Amino acid sequence: MCLGIPGKVIEIYQANDMIMGKVDFGGVIKEACLEFIPDIRVGEYTIIHVGFGISKLDEEEAMRTLEMLREMEMLADELPELNQGLSA
Amino acid sequence: MTGKFDIRSWTCPLPLQNYPTIVMGHGSGGKMMSDLIRHMFLPLLENEALIQLGDAAVLEIDPGNTRVSRLAFTTDSFVVHPLVFPGGNIGDLAVYGTVNDLAMTGARPLYLSAGFILEEGLPMDLLGQITTTFASAAEIAGVQVVTGDTKVVNKGHGDGLYINTTGIGLIPPGIEIAPSNAQVGDAVIVSGTIGDHGMAIMSIREGLEFETQITSDTAPLHELVETMLAASMEIHCLRDATRGGLAAALNELAKSSNLGITFEEGAVPLQPAVIAACEMLGMDPFYVANEGKLVAMVQGEMAEEVLAAMHSHPLGQEAAIIGQVVAEHPGLVVSKTNIGGSRVVDLPAGELLPRIC
Amino acid sequence: MKYLDEYRDGELTRKLLAEIRQTVTQPWKIMEVCGGQTHSIIKSGLDQLLPPEIDLIHGPGCPVCVTPLELIDKAIALASRPDIIFTSYGDMLRVPGSDRDLFSVKAAGGDVRIVYSPLDALKIAQQNPHKMVVFFGIGFETTAPANAMAVLQAKNQGIENFAMLVSHVTVPPAITAILESPQVQVNAFLAAGHVCTVMGYWEYEALVGKYRVPVIVMGFEPVDIARAILMCVQQLENGEARVENAYARSVEQAGNLPAQSIIKQVFETTDRAWRGIGVIPESGYRLKDTFQQYDAELRFPEIQVINPHESSLCISGLILQGLKKPNECPAFGKECTPQSPLGATMVSSEGACAAYYQYGRYTSSLEK
Repeated sequence: MCLGIPGKVIEIYQANDMIMGKVDFGGVIKEACLEFIPDIRVGEYTIIHVGFGISKLDEEEAMRTLEMLREMEMLADELPELNQGLSA
Repeated sequence: MTGKFDIRSWTCPLPLQNYPTIVMGHGSGGKMMSDLIRHMFLPLLENEALIQLGDAAVLEIDPGNTRVSRLAFTTDSFVVHPLVFPGGNIGDLAVYGTVNDLAMTGARPLYLSAGFILEEGLPMDLLGQITTTFASAAEIAGVQVVTGDTKVVNKGHGDGLYINTTGIGLIPPGIEIAPSNAQVGDAVIVSGTIGDHGMAIMSIREGLEFETQITSDTAPLHELVETMLAASMEIHCLRDATRGGLAAALNELAKSSNLGITFEEGAVPLQPAVIAACEMLGMDPFYVANEGKLVAMVQGEMAEEVLAAMHSHPLGQEAAIIGQVVAEHPGLVVSKTNIGGSRVVDLPAGELLPRIC
Repeated sequence: MKYLDEYRDGELTRKLLAEIRQTVTQPWKIMEVCGGQTHSIIKSGLDQLLPPEIDLIHGPGCPVCVTPLELIDKAIALASRPDIIFTSYGDMLRVPGSDRDLFSVKAAGGDVRIVYSPLDALKIAQQNPHKMVVFFGIGFETTAPANAMAVLQAKNQGIENFAMLVSHVTVPPAITAILESPQVQVNAFLAAGHVCTVMGYWEYEALVGKYRVPVIVMGFEPVDIARAILMCVQQLENGEARVENAYARSVEQAGNLPAQSIIKQVFETTDRAWRGIGVIPESGYRLKDTFQQYDAELRFPEIQVINPHESSLCISGLILQGLKKPNECPAFGKECTPQSPLGATMVSSEGACAAYYQYGRYTSSLEK
């Protein structure tokens, strides 16, 4: 369950006493409710599920983890090439 | 385009401008319908055959050619809703859709018929806008709409407007293009980015709307096909990828030819905004509708040449070889995912629905 | 797309898979709880690239699949009424009830509308004051805050013509039920990343302490999944049992507090029947008494469901508990296909059966 897609907040405003915003997913912009991430700022990323931001994406953590995983590649490089395609 | 739609300039005993919307009388075969035809359809679609207003059009086909070519003949119905969408409306959709059906046989499209089923209450202005687009599309595609029919249905019995068309064209000798003609080793080529039309419609669909630059890719493909055939006659199959998307087109060809198809997901051209829209709604772009894209099976050795020819045409600039026809898993389409796994890309189960899970 | 493409990196995923092969020395049964994760695994073909020692068991994390048959039948009954506009997420439209689905109600003229957000359902209620708008409130904890917000907004804005048919289920009781079941043998869990985004993962500490199974909070993209499986296997091979977070860019241990707060404000825990599995105590949400007027079942008590009946061929309950794989079901691909589904796991886009069928896992190898 739980289709949650990262998008960039490009506008924040109030509507019906709720914090609302416009989120850019990369060429597609949709309104979302940001009540659950009240400290989000324009330019920051959020995970959107059914039109609601459920978390503020921790960009530093994301970068750190990717770096760590990429560095980890060095060890696996010595292993035989993974057999690609259909494996029974 | 010859005539221009301008309701204010009409001068007839029963001025059409008295009726801002379609009423049942417009379909009853009498004066009102006659006025609608003379003042709405004729000025915009004007040609020698159509103004005869006969029951059928009598047409000279390729005079001077003593070898009778084969005739390509097709029918299509257009029930799109909403009638107007980013990048077009039901008018050009109807023309290009019919022209493309013919183009997939290698035919040069020549003549179209058009049956308009109008719903009572359809605003005249809207009908004018659509007919203008329809006529303009016919001109761009180089086809003539030579015969037509008009009916009106009660309010509530038709989504504003349905258009039914037939089209005929001539197939030059030597061309053998058919869904069953694929051969092992053929390259699978797609003519450009997929999923544009479907996501353009989705972007204005009530409840799912979003802001985007995505527009429908509706376009006539017959000249692109001619360019491809000029590069090589070894084009075995052509399919326009409409409803059901790329997946439906590939599956239909695989089943008709009883051969397998493999393709690389990463090789399929996709606009970033279409990818984003599909991700947001939880849809697979391979199942999203197109209106101006084709899939071709081309003899392996000729693939690069055909591709180069496609790149030189405005509608083929982003064409790409995405896979090949294989002897394994006949009837099945299998894709290689970008992590090196594989999955079967089956026919879509039904209407593509957004999901939250 | 930023923060998506990087986690679909083929090369990085393959390196992680190689590392998994290097690490594993014995068979392990690992359950991924969330249907969205199942979908992602099968769609990317990741399951085929794992070493044979790893048996990925697909868990019951598909709120569409586990919505009780009786509620589907009630939804269909409500949607068939001319005075009701029935709104729902797209996933529910093709789920079979006792004899048809919401899609066929729509085809027969029922006003059934797909919405992207529960706030859209509220808008429809405002735009149609003379009709009743019922919203099908399904989902796990991820969706509960959003559904709760719709109810709260209805109350705050005085919107009377709105009600929710509530079918919320929660994850931890299901995991406990699976661990308690003598038939099911799961060595480790891959927890649902977006459920945990809302609820945090502190609840799993007690579970891990009691049952000694590793729990890894997992995302949805191939890199996230491969990484989580690697962390899982490393723990298993070392005889460890801890909660680890492999989706830290979205999940914090405490979760999303404003979201949890609104859940507590609008919902309370209740026993829930899980389709195909049975009643799991305290595994669902229902509207609190203060919001009773927005409960569709209370607003429309006259909607009785007579004799809900499942197909006798459908074994989706066993699938949801991970006891059988979809291609082990005798009806799979024959009487039961996405075009003619017998049960919810074949219809829901993230049901295991649908994923297996759609992506061609007819048998354990495509080459047969």
